[in-house]
Amino acid sequence: MRFLRALGRLWLVPVVLVAWEVATRAAEDVFFPPPTTIVARMHEMWFSGPAERLWLTDAALENIPTSVGRLFVGWLLASVIGIVLGVMLGRSALLSRFIDPLIQFGRAIPPPALLPLFLALFSIGAQMQIVTITSGIIWPILLNAGDGARHVDRQHLETSTVFGLSRSQRLFWVILPSAMPKIFAGLRLSLSLALILMVISELVGSVNGIGFQLLDAQRSYDLPGVWGTIVVLGVLGYLLNSAFLVAERRVLSWHRGANRTT
Amino acid sequence: MLEISNLTHVYGSGPGAHHALGGVDLKVAQGELVCIVGPSGCGKSTLLRSIAGLLHPTGGTVTLGGKPVERTPDDLAVVFQDYSRSLFPWMSVGDNVALPLRRKGMDRPRRREAATEALEQVGLAGAEGKYPWQLSGGMQQRVSIARALAYRPALMLMDEPFGSVDAQTREDLEDLTLRVRSHHDMTILLITHDIDESVYVGDRVVVLSKAPATVVGDLRVDLPGPRDQITTRENPEFVHLRAEVGRLVRGMRDDPGAAS
Amino acid sequence: MTGRSLFDNRLLCGAIGVAGLFCLAELAGRTGLIDPIVFPLASSVVGRAVGLAADVDFLADVASTLGAWAVGLLLTVLIAVPVGFLLGTLPWVETSLRPVLEFLRPIPSVALIPLALLLFSDRFDMKVAVIVYAAWWPVLINTMYGLKDVDPLAKETLRSFGFGPMAVLWRVSLPSTAPFIATGVRLAAAIALILAISAELLAGGSSGIGTFILEAGSSPDALEYTVAATIWAGAIGVISNSLFTLAERRLFHWHLARTEGAR
Repeated sequence: MRFLRALGRLWLVPVVLVAWEVATRAAEDVFFPPPTTIVARMHEMWFSGPAERLWLTDAALENIPTSVGRLFVGWLLASVIGIVLGVMLGRSALLSRFIDPLIQFGRAIPPPALLPLFLALFSIGAQMQIVTITSGIIWPILLNAGDGARHVDRQHLETSTVFGLSRSQRLFWVILPSAMPKIFAGLRLSLSLALILMVISELVGSVNGIGFQLLDAQRSYDLPGVWGTIVVLGVLGYLLNSAFLVAERRVLSWHRGANRTT
Repeated sequence: MLEISNLTHVYGSGPGAHHALGGVDLKVAQGELVCIVGPSGCGKSTLLRSIAGLLHPTGGTVTLGGKPVERTPDDLAVVFQDYSRSLFPWMSVGDNVALPLRRKGMDRPRRREAATEALEQVGLAGAEGKYPWQLSGGMQQRVSIARALAYRPALMLMDEPFGSVDAQTREDLEDLTLRVRSHHDMTILLITHDIDESVYVGDRVVVLSKAPATVVGDLRVDLPGPRDQITTRENPEFVHLRAEVGRLVRGMRDDPGAAS
Repeated sequence: MTGRSLFDNRLLCGAIGVAGLFCLAELAGRTGLIDPIVFPLASSVVGRAVGLAADVDFLADVASTLGAWAVGLLLTVLIAVPVGFLLGTLPWVETSLRPVLEFLRPIPSVALIPLALLLFSDRFDMKVAVIVYAAWWPVLINTMYGLKDVDPLAKETLRSFGFGPMAVLWRVSLPSTAPFIATGVRLAAAIALILAISAELLAGGSSGIGTFILEAGSSPDALEYTVAATIWAGAIGVISNSLFTLAERRLFHWHLARTEGAR
């Protein structure tokens, strides 16, 4: 039954794949290689290594962890800075009144427009990429954390006043948990943005990473390689999002429970 | 132990100002259970929030144990009407009860012990690991009573504590309050709009007029203990008191100038 | 009392915040805390930004970026809204297409730029293509979400008066979905600008804000130009966002009133 239902949902995927294969084979257009060719190229590029290294090639081991590492460092930095600043702004109406226009402006700058500036300031390398990622993805976290911290239930705050919680207890036990659902929404959005900025920063200024491989394939007119890299990036995006959803479900289990019953 | 003299409070200013309290005088002795009744919207909650230090009244003074209330006093606990917004949904029941004990300098095992004990007293033994939203409304209100008990306050304020539960649960919680009070040496101030409840639970019933509120009646309740829902409510004294409080509350509604 | 009311003025506080940052940056440069060679003075950046506003070359670049942006956004709406309606009204199409969409969606849009560079010989077409691919997601998803939110009672009321499915679509579904579509378009507009500038940075050669920023890198005052142009890019973002928000408020004030009332 479950199998049938999955079949009912997924039937189009093989149909699309076969149609794509047939159409590309018939067209024989170099720009549109058949999926089988793309998969073969992907296998050659990343998964034809020795068995003891999980079949990963040197290129895979050199580029994928580097890219993912930059992405995570940038994302973690943005998370920490964004949450701290956001909560400060959310809890201080005066501060946010002074800083709000700057934030509105900062988040309106298209992040890639900052790339040449960061290239000039930091030169090519991990530092420049991390700065690009962090500065580009911090806005959704900051704005969501601010929003969450601003709208803590008044009765929750009064309860903590009545029971004499200290400032730090109030922050860690009341304000942060209550802002958490909003913060997580921001974190999820910024994770997908981080992938985009990782790619563009590697396309513009890098000597390794998945984005660099993509550029390399494009420069050498290796079209199956270009398509294959895009597929790998799509899979990476899918995995990141799924992993995040699992973590969110665990951390915010109280939120779903509380919303279901009230 | 609690002294309120000539307390006034005005929300806003100018012609749109709302005069909530119009000079309230009240004295509560150690160990008393005082019920405050009044028509809805009369400023009962404003009075409670002034005592709890959550609001700065525009005039008059509140002193607790001889000290004027400026911030929230240390040995005071509040049971709010809206339990779902007063308990923290991200903490288990045990953690909710134990949280305020952190400031009392208790270590983790002792906090846990105190929480377990308080939960037993309200009839929720073994519920520590549950989350508030997994419990019924009445049980959640028990948790917030347990939180107040574990805190061992000298004064417990209850703001329409049974206003959001069904009739049966309400009676159970009224009896729970009476039982708890006989175990602890605690002064309790219970705010309600339910006349029956005020007479059934209180040692004293203080009646407020509609806004701007003043005290229009202060009746001693001399009902034989232990009270129970059936026989106490049949007692002629109960019936008489209920009628009197009712007249005071209602009389004020018809003609604000009649009493005082 | 006057001090308090002064701080209640949002506009004034915001202006003080902006001026404060400007002064800090200028001071850091003047005192040598940040070497003006490493990062230009705030005053010279602002001067350069003002100069750019009258610079014909720069204005042509802005027009080129905005042209691709507008065409891309228009195409996005023309494609994504009908597809959204199709998926939203025919559940079996949605369930079948969902896995395909779920796979396409996480592909980082900028990764398609190198491929698009090979596929399209014309730079403008290339820009528009990647814009449409990236911008159509928020419009599509908001359209589908809005359709789910249509009040069934309103549809039944119309049907009970004997109106056909097309009339129901036109008179109920479309108007009540419109505010959601508008939100999607606002989000899409920001994404479209990001993609337009990314494509210009990677493609080079042609015209556009991205190209301008890239080419400024070779002049002696490189950073001044770069930062000034970036400020304009941010300003365009702010203006487009406020215009869309304003239009949303104007057009759909009835929707706002309803959702706020429900809360």
